[in-house]
Amino acid sequence: MSLDKDQVQRIAVLARLRLADDEFGETVDKLSRIVDFVDQLGQAATDNVVPMAHPLDEAQRLRVDEVTESDSRDAIQENAPLVENGLYLVPKVIE
Amino acid sequence: MSQDLHAQTLTQLAVGLERGDFSSVELTEALLDRVAAHDQSLNAFVTVTADAARAAAKRADAARAAGDIGVLNGLPLVHKDIFCTKSVLTTCGSRMLENFVSPYDATVVERLANAGAVVLGKTNMDEFAMGSSNETSYFGPVRNPWNPDCSPGGSSGGSAAAVAARLAPAATGTDTGGSIRQPAALTGTVGLKPTYGRVSRYGMIAFASSLDQAGVITRSSEDAALLLGVMAGFDERDSTSIDHPVPDYTAALSGSLKGLRVGVVRQHFDEGLDEQCAAAVRESLAVLESQGAILTDVDLPNLDLSVPTYYVVAPAECSSNLSRFDGVRYGHRAKDPDDLFDLYCRSRGEGFGAEVKRRIMTGTYVLSAGYYDAYYLKAQQVRQLIAEDFRTAFADVDVIAGPTSPTPAFKLGDKIDDPITMYLNDIYTIGANLAGLPGMSTPCGFVDGLPVGLHLVGPHWGEETILRCAHHYEQLSNWHQACPEDYE
Repeated sequence: MSLDKDQVQRIAVLARLRLADDEFGETVDKLSRIVDFVDQLGQAATDNVVPMAHPLDEAQRLRVDEVTESDSRDAIQENAPLVENGLYLVPKVIE
Repeated sequence: MSQDLHAQTLTQLAVGLERGDFSSVELTEALLDRVAAHDQSLNAFVTVTADAARAAAKRADAARAAGDIGVLNGLPLVHKDIFCTKSVLTTCGSRMLENFVSPYDATVVERLANAGAVVLGKTNMDEFAMGSSNETSYFGPVRNPWNPDCSPGGSSGGSAAAVAARLAPAATGTDTGGSIRQPAALTGTVGLKPTYGRVSRYGMIAFASSLDQAGVITRSSEDAALLLGVMAGFDERDSTSIDHPVPDYTAALSGSLKGLRVGVVRQHFDEGLDEQCAAAVRESLAVLESQGAILTDVDLPNLDLSVPTYYVVAPAECSSNLSRFDGVRYGHRAKDPDDLFDLYCRSRGEGFGAEVKRRIMTGTYVLSAGYYDAYYLKAQQVRQLIAEDFRTAFADVDVIAGPTSPTPAFKLGDKIDDPITMYLNDIYTIGANLAGLPGMSTPCGFVDGLPVGLHLVGPHWGEETILRCAHHYEQLSNWHQACPEDYE
Protein backbone atom coordinates (compact mmCIF):
# COMPACT_ATOMS: atom_id res chain seq x y z
CA MET A 1 0.00 0.00 0.00
CA SER A 2 1.51 3.29 -1.03
CA LEU A 3 -0.87 5.21 1.27
CA ASP A 4 -1.80 4.39 4.85
CA LYS A 5 -4.91 5.23 6.81
CA ASP A 6 -3.39 8.34 8.41
CA GLN A 7 -2.35 9.78 5.06
CA VAL A 8 -5.81 9.17 3.62
CA GLN A 9 -7.34 10.84 6.66
CA ARG A 10 -5.11 13.90 6.12
CA ILE A 11 -6.11 14.07 2.44
CA ALA A 12 -9.77 13.79 3.40
CA VAL A 13 -9.41 16.74 5.79
CA LEU A 14 -7.68 18.83 3.11
CA ALA A 15 -10.47 17.93 0.67
CA ARG A 16 -13.17 18.64 3.27
CA LEU A 17 -14.62 15.16 2.96
CA ARG A 18 -15.96 13.12 5.86
CA LEU A 19 -15.51 9.44 5.11
CA ALA A 20 -17.78 7.02 6.94
CA ASP A 21 -15.92 4.38 8.98
CA ASP A 22 -16.92 1.63 6.57
CA GLU A 23 -15.61 3.64 3.59
CA PHE A 24 -12.05 3.87 4.90
CA GLY A 25 -10.66 0.45 4.07
CA GLU A 26 -11.81 0.58 0.47
CA THR A 27 -10.68 4.18 0.02
CA VAL A 28 -7.15 3.43 1.29
CA ASP A 29 -6.92 0.41 -0.99
CA LYS A 30 -8.23 2.08 -4.14
CA LEU A 31 -6.40 5.39 -3.68
CA SER A 32 -3.18 3.43 -3.19
CA ARG A 33 -3.75 1.61 -6.46
CA ILE A 34 -4.42 4.89 -8.25
CA VAL A 35 -1.27 6.49 -6.81
CA ASP A 36 0.80 3.40 -7.77
CA PHE A 37 -0.65 3.62 -11.26
CA VAL A 38 0.16 7.30 -11.81
CA ASP A 39 3.62 6.80 -10.29
CA GLN A 40 4.75 5.37 -13.66
CA LEU A 41 4.91 8.99 -14.89
CA GLY A 42 8.13 9.26 -12.90
CA GLN A 43 9.83 7.10 -15.58
CA ALA A 44 9.11 9.56 -18.40
CA ALA A 45 12.02 11.64 -19.66
CA THR A 46 10.80 15.22 -19.40
CA ASP A 47 14.00 17.29 -19.06
CA ASN A 48 13.48 20.70 -20.70
CA VAL A 49 9.87 19.89 -21.63
CA VAL A 50 7.63 22.92 -21.16
CA PRO A 51 4.55 21.89 -19.14
CA MET A 52 1.34 22.30 -21.12
CA ALA A 53 -0.62 25.41 -20.25
CA HIS A 54 -3.28 25.14 -22.96
CA PRO A 55 -3.87 22.39 -25.56
CA LEU A 56 -4.11 24.98 -28.39
CA ASP A 57 -1.53 27.38 -26.93
CA GLU A 58 -4.21 30.02 -26.48
CA ALA A 59 -3.77 32.77 -23.91
CA GLN A 60 -6.48 33.65 -21.45
CA ARG A 61 -8.82 36.18 -23.02
CA LEU A 62 -9.26 39.49 -21.21
CA ARG A 63 -12.39 41.58 -21.10
CA VAL A 64 -13.27 45.09 -20.05
CA ASP A 65 -13.97 45.26 -16.33
CA GLU A 66 -17.55 46.43 -16.41
CA VAL A 67 -20.85 45.24 -14.97
CA THR A 68 -22.69 42.98 -17.42
CA GLU A 69 -25.01 41.05 -15.11
CA SER A 70 -28.16 42.34 -13.49
CA ASP A 71 -29.03 41.47 -9.89
CA SER A 72 -30.37 37.92 -9.72
CA ARG A 73 -29.73 37.22 -6.06
CA ASP A 74 -33.24 35.96 -5.36
CA ALA A 75 -33.20 33.53 -8.28
CA ILE A 76 -29.77 32.25 -7.29
CA GLN A 77 -30.71 31.81 -3.64
CA GLU A 78 -33.71 29.66 -4.58
CA ASN A 79 -31.19 26.80 -4.50
CA ALA A 80 -29.65 27.67 -1.14
CA PRO A 81 -30.37 25.24 1.69
CA LEU A 82 -30.70 28.02 4.29
CA VAL A 83 -31.04 31.79 3.74
CA GLU A 84 -32.44 34.70 5.68
CA ASN A 85 -32.89 38.26 4.40
CA GLY A 86 -30.78 37.49 1.36
CA LEU A 87 -27.94 36.09 3.47
CA TYR A 88 -26.61 32.53 3.54
CA LEU A 89 -26.80 30.99 7.00
CA VAL A 90 -23.90 28.93 8.32
CA PRO A 91 -22.95 27.65 11.77
CA LYS A 92 -21.34 30.27 14.01
CA VAL A 93 -17.68 30.81 13.07
CA ILE A 94 -16.67 33.51 15.60
CA GLU A 95 -17.26 33.00 19.32
CA MET B 1 -48.89 8.93 -40.10
CA SER B 2 -45.97 6.58 -40.29
CA GLN B 3 -45.57 4.36 -37.24
CA ASP B 4 -41.80 4.23 -37.38
CA LEU B 5 -40.91 7.84 -36.63
CA HIS B 6 -38.58 6.67 -33.87
CA ALA B 7 -36.50 4.78 -36.42
CA GLN B 8 -35.68 7.90 -38.44
CA THR B 9 -32.61 10.08 -38.10
CA LEU B 10 -32.80 13.81 -37.40
CA THR B 11 -32.08 14.53 -41.05
CA GLN B 12 -34.91 12.24 -42.19
CA LEU B 13 -37.30 13.68 -39.62
CA ALA B 14 -36.48 17.21 -40.76
CA VAL B 15 -37.56 16.26 -44.28
CA GLY B 16 -40.80 14.70 -43.01
CA LEU B 17 -41.63 17.77 -40.93
CA GLU B 18 -40.91 20.06 -43.85
CA ARG B 19 -43.11 18.00 -46.18
CA GLY B 20 -45.89 17.98 -43.59
CA ASP B 21 -45.93 14.16 -43.33
CA PHE B 22 -46.31 14.60 -39.56
CA SER B 23 -46.19 17.42 -37.05
CA SER B 24 -43.69 18.00 -34.29
CA VAL B 25 -46.49 17.36 -31.79
CA GLU B 26 -47.14 13.92 -33.33
CA LEU B 27 -43.44 13.13 -33.42
CA THR B 28 -42.95 14.27 -29.82
CA GLU B 29 -45.91 12.21 -28.59
CA ALA B 30 -44.61 9.14 -30.41
CA LEU B 31 -41.22 9.43 -28.73
CA LEU B 32 -42.65 10.25 -25.29
CA ASP B 33 -44.70 7.04 -25.61
CA ARG B 34 -41.54 5.11 -26.32
CA VAL B 35 -39.75 6.67 -23.37
CA ALA B 36 -42.69 5.71 -21.12
CA ALA B 37 -42.67 2.16 -22.50
CA HIS B 38 -38.94 1.48 -22.34
CA ASP B 39 -37.19 3.66 -19.83
CA GLN B 40 -38.28 1.65 -16.82
CA SER B 41 -35.85 -1.03 -17.95
CA LEU B 42 -33.12 1.17 -19.49
CA ASN B 43 -32.92 3.93 -16.84
CA ALA B 44 -31.53 6.30 -19.47
CA PHE B 45 -33.44 9.32 -18.17
CA VAL B 46 -33.15 11.19 -14.89
CA THR B 47 -35.98 13.56 -15.82
CA VAL B 48 -38.56 13.34 -18.59
CA THR B 49 -39.84 16.79 -19.54
CA ALA B 50 -43.06 15.67 -21.21
CA ASP B 51 -45.11 18.82 -20.66
CA ALA B 52 -42.35 21.21 -21.70
CA ALA B 53 -41.68 19.02 -24.76
CA ARG B 54 -45.34 19.13 -25.80
CA ALA B 55 -45.39 22.91 -25.41
CA ALA B 56 -42.16 23.31 -27.40
CA ALA B 57 -43.50 21.02 -30.14
CA LYS B 58 -46.66 23.09 -30.36
CA ARG B 59 -44.60 26.28 -30.67
CA ALA B 60 -42.48 24.63 -33.36
CA ASP B 61 -45.55 23.64 -35.37
CA ALA B 62 -46.92 27.18 -35.06
CA ALA B 63 -43.58 28.65 -36.13
CA ARG B 64 -43.51 26.37 -39.16
CA ALA B 65 -47.02 27.44 -40.11
CA ALA B 66 -45.87 31.06 -39.83
CA GLY B 67 -42.81 30.29 -41.95
CA ASP B 68 -40.32 31.41 -39.32
CA ILE B 69 -38.16 28.44 -38.38
CA GLY B 70 -34.70 27.48 -37.20
CA VAL B 71 -32.73 24.57 -38.68
CA LEU B 72 -33.84 22.17 -35.94
CA ASN B 73 -37.44 23.30 -35.82
CA GLY B 74 -39.61 20.65 -34.13
CA LEU B 75 -36.81 18.06 -33.91
CA PRO B 76 -36.62 16.18 -30.60
CA LEU B 77 -33.46 15.55 -28.63
CA VAL B 78 -32.31 14.92 -25.07
CA HIS B 79 -29.69 16.61 -22.92
CA LYS B 80 -27.13 14.95 -20.72
CA ASP B 81 -28.00 15.98 -17.17
CA ILE B 82 -24.73 17.91 -16.90
CA PHE B 83 -26.12 20.83 -18.93
CA CYS B 84 -27.89 23.46 -16.85
CA THR B 85 -31.53 23.92 -17.75
CA LYS B 86 -33.66 26.71 -16.37
CA SER B 87 -36.76 25.41 -14.55
CA VAL B 88 -35.78 21.74 -14.97
CA LEU B 89 -33.63 19.70 -12.54
CA THR B 90 -29.91 19.44 -13.34
CA THR B 91 -28.50 16.66 -11.14
CA CYS B 92 -25.19 15.76 -12.80
CA GLY B 93 -25.98 12.22 -11.65
CA SER B 94 -25.27 13.19 -8.05
CA ARG B 95 -27.04 13.25 -4.72
CA MET B 96 -25.25 16.58 -4.23
CA LEU B 97 -27.48 18.18 -6.89
CA GLU B 98 -30.54 15.97 -6.42
CA ASN B 99 -32.77 19.05 -6.07
CA PHE B 100 -30.81 21.62 -8.05
CA VAL B 101 -32.67 23.83 -10.53
CA SER B 102 -30.34 26.11 -12.46
CA PRO B 103 -31.24 29.80 -12.68
CA TYR B 104 -30.03 29.84 -16.31
CA ASP B 105 -29.68 27.70 -19.44
CA ALA B 106 -26.31 26.43 -20.68
CA THR B 107 -25.24 28.00 -23.97
CA VAL B 108 -25.60 24.60 -25.68
CA VAL B 109 -29.17 24.30 -24.37
CA GLU B 110 -29.96 27.86 -25.41
CA ARG B 111 -28.55 27.51 -28.95
CA LEU B 112 -30.37 24.24 -29.64
CA ALA B 113 -33.63 25.70 -28.27
CA ASN B 114 -33.23 28.83 -30.40
CA ALA B 115 -32.85 26.58 -33.46
CA GLY B 116 -36.24 25.04 -32.61
CA ALA B 117 -35.24 21.75 -30.93
CA VAL B 118 -37.73 20.02 -28.63
CA VAL B 119 -36.17 18.63 -25.44
CA LEU B 120 -37.66 15.32 -24.26
CA GLY B 121 -35.67 15.10 -21.05
CA LYS B 122 -32.35 14.91 -19.23
CA THR B 123 -30.25 11.78 -19.40
CA ASN B 124 -28.54 9.68 -16.79
CA MET B 125 -24.75 9.80 -16.47
CA ASP B 126 -21.85 8.82 -14.26
CA GLU B 127 -21.78 11.13 -11.25
CA PHE B 128 -20.18 14.45 -12.30
CA ALA B 129 -19.15 12.62 -15.52
CA MET B 130 -16.60 10.57 -13.55
CA GLY B 131 -16.85 7.02 -14.82
CA SER B 132 -16.82 4.88 -17.94
CA SER B 133 -19.80 2.62 -17.24
CA ASN B 134 -22.63 4.79 -15.90
CA GLU B 135 -22.44 2.80 -12.68
CA THR B 136 -21.35 5.74 -10.54
CA SER B 137 -24.67 7.56 -11.06
CA TYR B 138 -26.65 8.28 -7.89
CA PHE B 139 -29.71 7.34 -9.95
CA GLY B 140 -28.50 3.84 -10.75
CA PRO B 141 -26.79 2.33 -13.78
CA VAL B 142 -28.12 2.60 -17.34
CA ARG B 143 -28.60 -0.64 -19.26
CA ASN B 144 -27.23 -1.25 -22.72
CA PRO B 145 -30.06 -1.66 -25.28
CA TRP B 146 -28.01 -4.39 -27.01
CA ASN B 147 -27.83 -6.47 -23.84
CA PRO B 148 -29.47 -5.44 -20.57
CA ASP B 149 -26.74 -7.16 -18.52
CA CYS B 150 -24.13 -4.88 -20.08
CA SER B 151 -23.08 -1.30 -19.43
CA PRO B 152 -23.72 1.28 -22.16
CA GLY B 153 -20.38 2.86 -21.26
CA GLY B 154 -20.00 6.28 -19.74
CA SER B 155 -20.12 8.90 -18.69
CA SER B 156 -22.74 9.90 -21.31
CA GLY B 157 -24.33 6.44 -20.99
CA GLY B 158 -27.93 7.65 -20.70
CA SER B 159 -27.57 9.76 -23.84
CA ALA B 160 -26.04 6.85 -25.76
CA ALA B 161 -28.65 4.32 -24.56
CA ALA B 162 -31.54 6.69 -25.37
CA VAL B 163 -30.27 7.20 -28.93
CA ALA B 164 -29.42 3.50 -29.46
CA ALA B 165 -32.87 2.41 -28.23
CA ARG B 166 -34.58 4.94 -30.51
CA LEU B 167 -36.09 6.85 -27.60
CA ALA B 168 -34.59 10.01 -29.11
CA PRO B 169 -32.87 10.64 -32.45
CA ALA B 170 -30.06 12.64 -30.86
CA ALA B 171 -28.50 13.62 -27.54
CA THR B 172 -25.97 16.02 -26.19
CA GLY B 173 -23.02 14.65 -24.27
CA THR B 174 -19.74 15.74 -22.78
CA ASP B 175 -16.33 14.18 -23.21
CA THR B 176 -13.43 14.67 -20.78
CA GLY B 177 -11.55 11.44 -21.51
CA GLY B 178 -13.86 9.56 -23.87
CA SER B 179 -17.29 10.08 -22.29
CA ILE B 180 -19.05 10.64 -25.65
CA ARG B 181 -17.02 8.33 -27.88
CA GLN B 182 -16.76 5.25 -25.64
CA PRO B 183 -20.52 5.01 -24.90
CA ALA B 184 -21.21 5.67 -28.61
CA ALA B 185 -18.94 2.73 -29.49
CA LEU B 186 -20.53 0.47 -26.89
CA THR B 187 -24.08 1.23 -28.04
CA GLY B 188 -23.59 1.32 -31.83
CA THR B 189 -24.18 5.06 -32.13
CA VAL B 190 -22.18 7.96 -33.56
CA GLY B 191 -20.39 10.16 -31.01
CA LEU B 192 -18.54 13.39 -31.75
CA LYS B 193 -16.23 15.30 -29.42
CA PRO B 194 -15.17 18.57 -31.07
CA THR B 195 -11.90 20.48 -30.71
CA TYR B 196 -11.33 21.96 -27.23
CA GLY B 197 -12.94 25.42 -27.24
CA ARG B 198 -15.21 24.68 -30.24
CA VAL B 199 -18.44 24.45 -28.21
CA SER B 200 -19.16 26.65 -25.20
CA ARG B 201 -18.77 25.14 -21.74
CA TYR B 202 -20.98 27.84 -20.17
CA GLY B 203 -23.59 26.13 -18.04
CA MET B 204 -21.97 22.73 -18.47
CA ILE B 205 -21.07 21.58 -14.97
CA ALA B 206 -17.29 21.49 -14.81
CA PHE B 207 -15.28 18.32 -14.16
CA ALA B 208 -11.81 19.01 -15.62
CA SER B 209 -11.89 22.36 -17.36
CA SER B 210 -8.83 21.91 -19.58
CA LEU B 211 -10.27 18.67 -21.01
CA ASP B 212 -14.09 19.03 -20.94
CA GLN B 213 -15.83 19.52 -24.26
CA ALA B 214 -19.49 19.27 -25.27
CA GLY B 215 -20.58 17.20 -28.24
CA VAL B 216 -23.31 14.94 -29.56
CA ILE B 217 -24.47 11.35 -29.83
CA THR B 218 -26.56 10.59 -32.93
CA ARG B 219 -27.35 7.77 -35.34
CA SER B 220 -25.43 9.23 -38.28
CA SER B 221 -22.53 11.57 -38.97
CA GLU B 222 -24.92 13.64 -41.03
CA ASP B 223 -26.94 14.32 -37.86
CA ALA B 224 -23.79 15.04 -35.87
CA ALA B 225 -22.78 17.63 -38.49
CA LEU B 226 -26.22 19.23 -38.35
CA LEU B 227 -26.14 19.62 -34.56
CA LEU B 228 -22.51 20.72 -34.38
CA GLY B 229 -23.29 23.56 -36.79
CA VAL B 230 -25.83 24.87 -34.28
CA MET B 231 -23.79 24.27 -31.12
CA ALA B 232 -20.36 25.46 -32.27
CA GLY B 233 -19.10 29.01 -32.11
CA PHE B 234 -17.64 31.63 -29.87
CA ASP B 235 -19.29 32.42 -26.55
CA GLU B 236 -17.96 35.27 -24.46
CA ARG B 237 -19.48 33.67 -21.35
CA ASP B 238 -16.96 30.81 -21.56
CA SER B 239 -13.43 32.12 -21.00
CA THR B 240 -11.98 29.12 -22.87
CA SER B 241 -14.27 29.44 -25.88
CA ILE B 242 -12.16 30.08 -28.97
CA ASP B 243 -13.21 32.55 -31.66
CA HIS B 244 -12.78 30.41 -34.75
CA PRO B 245 -15.07 30.48 -37.81
CA VAL B 246 -17.80 27.82 -37.91
CA PRO B 247 -17.80 26.07 -41.29
CA ASP B 248 -20.78 24.40 -42.95
CA TYR B 249 -20.30 20.92 -41.49
CA THR B 250 -23.10 19.43 -43.58
CA ALA B 251 -21.52 20.67 -46.81
CA ALA B 252 -18.22 19.16 -45.65
CA LEU B 253 -19.71 15.63 -45.70
CA SER B 254 -19.58 15.32 -49.47
CA GLY B 255 -16.34 15.06 -51.38
CA SER B 256 -14.39 11.87 -51.82
CA LEU B 257 -11.85 10.10 -49.64
CA LYS B 258 -9.44 9.86 -52.53
CA GLY B 259 -5.96 10.70 -51.30
CA LEU B 260 -7.06 11.14 -47.69
CA ARG B 261 -4.09 10.16 -45.56
CA VAL B 262 -5.28 7.91 -42.73
CA GLY B 263 -2.82 7.20 -39.94
CA VAL B 264 -2.97 3.82 -38.24
CA VAL B 265 -1.33 3.73 -34.84
CA ARG B 266 0.83 0.65 -34.34
CA GLN B 267 0.41 0.72 -30.56
CA HIS B 268 -3.39 0.58 -30.88
CA PHE B 269 -3.21 -3.01 -32.06
CA ASP B 270 -0.95 -4.26 -29.28
CA GLU B 271 -2.16 -6.67 -26.63
CA GLY B 272 -5.03 -5.10 -24.69
CA LEU B 273 -7.24 -4.81 -27.76
CA ASP B 274 -9.82 -7.59 -28.11
CA GLU B 275 -8.91 -9.66 -31.20
CA GLN B 276 -12.37 -9.60 -32.70
CA CYS B 277 -12.61 -5.82 -32.19
CA ALA B 278 -9.24 -5.51 -33.90
CA ALA B 279 -10.54 -7.52 -36.85
CA ALA B 280 -13.65 -5.30 -37.17
CA VAL B 281 -11.52 -2.14 -37.06
CA ARG B 282 -9.05 -3.53 -39.63
CA GLU B 283 -11.95 -4.33 -41.94
CA SER B 284 -13.24 -0.79 -41.66
CA LEU B 285 -9.79 0.55 -42.49
CA ALA B 286 -9.80 -1.63 -45.61
CA VAL B 287 -13.13 -0.03 -46.58
CA LEU B 288 -11.58 3.44 -46.29
CA GLU B 289 -8.64 2.23 -48.38
CA SER B 290 -11.00 0.89 -51.05
CA GLN B 291 -12.35 4.44 -51.37
CA GLY B 292 -8.96 5.84 -52.17
CA ALA B 293 -7.74 6.66 -48.67
CA ILE B 294 -4.04 6.04 -48.12
CA LEU B 295 -3.28 4.06 -44.96
CA THR B 296 -0.03 5.03 -43.28
CA ASP B 297 1.54 3.68 -40.09
CA VAL B 298 2.05 6.30 -37.42
CA ASP B 299 3.62 6.20 -33.99
CA LEU B 300 2.27 7.59 -30.72
CA PRO B 301 5.23 6.58 -28.53
CA ASN B 302 3.77 8.00 -25.31
CA LEU B 303 0.33 6.43 -25.68
CA ASP B 304 0.83 4.24 -22.60
CA LEU B 305 1.39 7.32 -20.49
CA SER B 306 -1.85 9.00 -21.53
CA VAL B 307 -4.06 7.27 -18.94
CA PRO B 308 -1.75 7.96 -15.97
CA THR B 309 -1.29 11.55 -17.19
CA TYR B 310 -5.04 11.97 -17.34
CA TYR B 311 -5.49 10.53 -13.85
CA VAL B 312 -3.29 13.28 -12.45
CA VAL B 313 -4.57 16.22 -14.51
CA ALA B 314 -8.30 15.41 -14.41
CA PRO B 315 -8.51 14.70 -10.65
CA ALA B 316 -6.41 17.82 -9.92
CA GLU B 317 -8.86 19.99 -11.86
CA CYS B 318 -11.84 18.12 -10.41
CA SER B 319 -10.67 18.68 -6.83
CA SER B 320 -10.54 22.38 -7.56
CA ASN B 321 -13.82 22.58 -9.53
CA LEU B 322 -15.79 20.55 -7.01
CA SER B 323 -14.64 22.69 -4.09
CA ARG B 324 -17.64 24.91 -4.95
CA PHE B 325 -19.97 22.34 -3.40
CA ASP B 326 -19.90 23.55 0.18
CA GLY B 327 -23.38 22.84 1.52
CA VAL B 328 -23.97 26.58 1.82
CA ARG B 329 -24.93 28.14 -1.50
CA TYR B 330 -26.57 25.21 -3.28
CA GLY B 331 -26.52 21.44 -3.23
CA HIS B 332 -26.79 18.93 -0.42
CA ARG B 333 -26.40 20.21 3.15
CA ALA B 334 -25.81 17.90 6.11
CA LYS B 335 -28.23 18.09 9.02
CA ASP B 336 -27.28 19.63 12.40
CA PRO B 337 -23.62 20.48 11.76
CA ASP B 338 -21.39 21.00 14.83
CA ASP B 339 -19.53 23.84 13.15
CA LEU B 340 -18.63 25.15 9.68
CA PHE B 341 -15.88 22.55 9.16
CA ASP B 342 -18.30 19.76 10.04
CA LEU B 343 -20.89 21.29 7.68
CA TYR B 344 -18.41 21.22 4.77
CA CYS B 345 -17.08 17.75 5.47
CA ARG B 346 -20.38 16.01 6.06
CA SER B 347 -22.27 17.81 3.26
CA ARG B 348 -19.56 16.72 0.82
CA GLY B 349 -19.08 13.28 2.37
CA GLU B 350 -22.82 12.56 2.08
CA GLY B 351 -23.45 14.38 -1.21
CA PHE B 352 -20.68 12.78 -3.28
CA GLY B 353 -20.44 9.10 -4.22
CA ALA B 354 -17.37 6.90 -3.79
CA GLU B 355 -15.76 7.48 -7.21
CA VAL B 356 -16.17 11.26 -7.03
CA LYS B 357 -14.61 11.26 -3.56
CA ARG B 358 -11.68 9.19 -4.82
CA ARG B 359 -11.09 11.60 -7.69
CA ILE B 360 -11.26 14.63 -5.41
CA MET B 361 -8.84 12.98 -3.00
CA THR B 362 -6.46 11.92 -5.79
CA GLY B 363 -6.48 15.52 -7.01
CA THR B 364 -5.98 16.90 -3.53
CA TYR B 365 -3.04 14.55 -3.04
CA VAL B 366 -1.25 15.35 -6.32
CA LEU B 367 -1.64 19.09 -5.70
CA SER B 368 -0.61 18.99 -2.05
CA ALA B 369 2.60 20.55 -0.76
CA GLY B 370 5.63 18.44 -1.64
CA TYR B 371 3.89 16.41 -4.35
CA TYR B 372 2.99 19.10 -6.89
CA ASP B 373 6.21 18.84 -8.94
CA ALA B 374 6.34 15.05 -8.90
CA TYR B 375 2.75 14.64 -10.07
CA TYR B 376 0.99 17.69 -11.46
CA LEU B 377 3.93 19.44 -13.10
CA LYS B 378 5.29 16.13 -14.38
CA ALA B 379 1.88 15.21 -15.83
CA GLN B 380 1.62 18.53 -17.66
CA GLN B 381 5.09 17.88 -19.13
CA VAL B 382 4.10 14.39 -20.27
CA ARG B 383 0.89 15.89 -21.62
CA GLN B 384 3.05 18.15 -23.78
CA LEU B 385 4.94 15.08 -25.06
CA ILE B 386 1.66 13.37 -25.92
CA ALA B 387 0.43 16.48 -27.77
CA GLU B 388 3.79 16.61 -29.59
CA ASP B 389 3.33 12.98 -30.71
CA PHE B 390 0.03 14.00 -32.30
CA ARG B 391 1.57 17.10 -33.91
CA THR B 392 4.27 14.93 -35.44
CA ALA B 393 1.73 12.37 -36.66
CA PHE B 394 -0.51 15.03 -38.20
CA ALA B 395 2.40 16.34 -40.23
CA ASP B 396 2.02 13.17 -42.33
CA VAL B 397 -1.67 12.25 -42.06
CA ASP B 398 -5.10 13.94 -42.15
CA VAL B 399 -6.88 11.57 -39.79
CA ILE B 400 -5.84 8.97 -37.24
CA ALA B 401 -8.08 5.90 -37.23
CA GLY B 402 -8.29 2.97 -34.83
CA PRO B 403 -10.46 1.32 -32.18
CA THR B 404 -12.56 3.50 -29.87
CA SER B 405 -12.54 1.04 -26.99
CA PRO B 406 -10.45 -2.04 -26.20
CA THR B 407 -13.49 -4.32 -25.81
CA PRO B 408 -17.19 -4.30 -26.66
CA ALA B 409 -19.65 -3.51 -23.85
CA PHE B 410 -18.74 -5.25 -20.59
CA LYS B 411 -21.11 -6.62 -17.97
CA LEU B 412 -22.47 -4.28 -15.30
CA GLY B 413 -20.49 -4.98 -12.13
CA ASP B 414 -17.48 -6.45 -13.96
CA LYS B 415 -15.06 -3.53 -13.67
CA ILE B 416 -16.53 -1.26 -11.02
CA ASP B 417 -14.41 -2.73 -8.21
CA ASP B 418 -11.09 -2.10 -9.94
CA PRO B 419 -10.54 1.57 -10.77
CA ILE B 420 -7.46 0.92 -12.92
CA THR B 421 -9.21 -1.63 -15.17
CA MET B 422 -12.08 0.84 -15.54
CA TYR B 423 -9.73 3.72 -16.32
CA LEU B 424 -7.97 1.72 -19.05
CA ASN B 425 -11.24 1.63 -21.03
CA ASP B 426 -10.33 5.09 -22.23
CA ILE B 427 -6.80 4.30 -23.43
CA TYR B 428 -7.57 5.14 -27.09
CA THR B 429 -9.75 8.18 -26.45
CA ILE B 430 -7.95 10.09 -23.69
CA GLY B 431 -5.13 11.35 -25.94
CA ALA B 432 -7.54 13.52 -27.95
CA ASN B 433 -8.65 15.27 -24.75
CA LEU B 434 -5.11 15.78 -23.49
CA ALA B 435 -4.15 17.34 -26.85
CA GLY B 436 -7.48 19.18 -27.40
CA LEU B 437 -8.19 17.33 -30.66
CA PRO B 438 -11.57 16.50 -32.23
CA GLY B 439 -12.51 12.83 -32.20
CA MET B 440 -15.47 10.68 -33.09
CA SER B 441 -16.68 7.13 -33.01
CA THR B 442 -18.85 5.47 -35.64
CA PRO B 443 -20.13 1.88 -35.61
CA CYS B 444 -17.90 -0.59 -37.50
CA GLY B 445 -19.27 -4.05 -36.72
CA PHE B 446 -20.29 -6.45 -33.99
CA VAL B 447 -18.61 -8.92 -31.69
CA ASP B 448 -20.95 -11.50 -30.12
CA GLY B 449 -23.94 -9.27 -30.81
CA LEU B 450 -22.35 -6.16 -29.29
CA PRO B 451 -21.33 -3.09 -31.32
CA VAL B 452 -17.74 -2.04 -32.00
CA GLY B 453 -16.65 1.54 -32.76
CA LEU B 454 -14.19 2.99 -35.26
CA HIS B 455 -12.37 5.95 -33.73
CA LEU B 456 -11.33 8.88 -35.92
CA VAL B 457 -9.18 11.73 -34.62
CA GLY B 458 -8.37 14.88 -36.55
CA PRO B 459 -5.98 17.79 -36.04
CA HIS B 460 -7.28 20.91 -34.25
CA TRP B 461 -10.40 22.21 -36.07
CA GLY B 462 -10.43 19.04 -38.19
CA GLU B 463 -14.10 18.21 -37.52
CA GLU B 464 -14.96 18.48 -41.23
CA THR B 465 -12.42 15.84 -42.17
CA ILE B 466 -13.40 13.27 -39.55
CA LEU B 467 -17.11 13.84 -40.26
CA ARG B 468 -16.55 13.35 -43.98
CA CYS B 469 -14.53 10.20 -43.36
CA ALA B 470 -17.17 8.76 -40.99
CA HIS B 471 -20.04 9.74 -43.29
CA HIS B 472 -18.44 7.97 -46.26
CA TYR B 473 -17.77 4.90 -44.20
CA GLU B 474 -21.39 4.84 -42.99
CA GLN B 475 -22.70 5.00 -46.57
CA LEU B 476 -20.69 1.89 -47.44
CA SER B 477 -21.08 -0.11 -44.26
CA ASN B 478 -24.52 0.65 -42.83
CA TRP B 479 -23.49 -0.59 -39.37
CA HIS B 480 -24.92 2.66 -37.98
CA GLN B 481 -28.40 1.57 -39.06
CA ALA B 482 -28.38 -1.63 -37.00
CA CYS B 483 -31.03 -1.54 -34.28
CA PRO B 484 -31.19 -3.61 -31.09
CA GLU B 485 -33.92 -6.24 -31.50
CA ASP B 486 -36.04 -5.14 -28.56
CA TYR B 487 -36.18 -1.56 -29.82
CA GLU B 488 -37.07 -1.87 -33.50
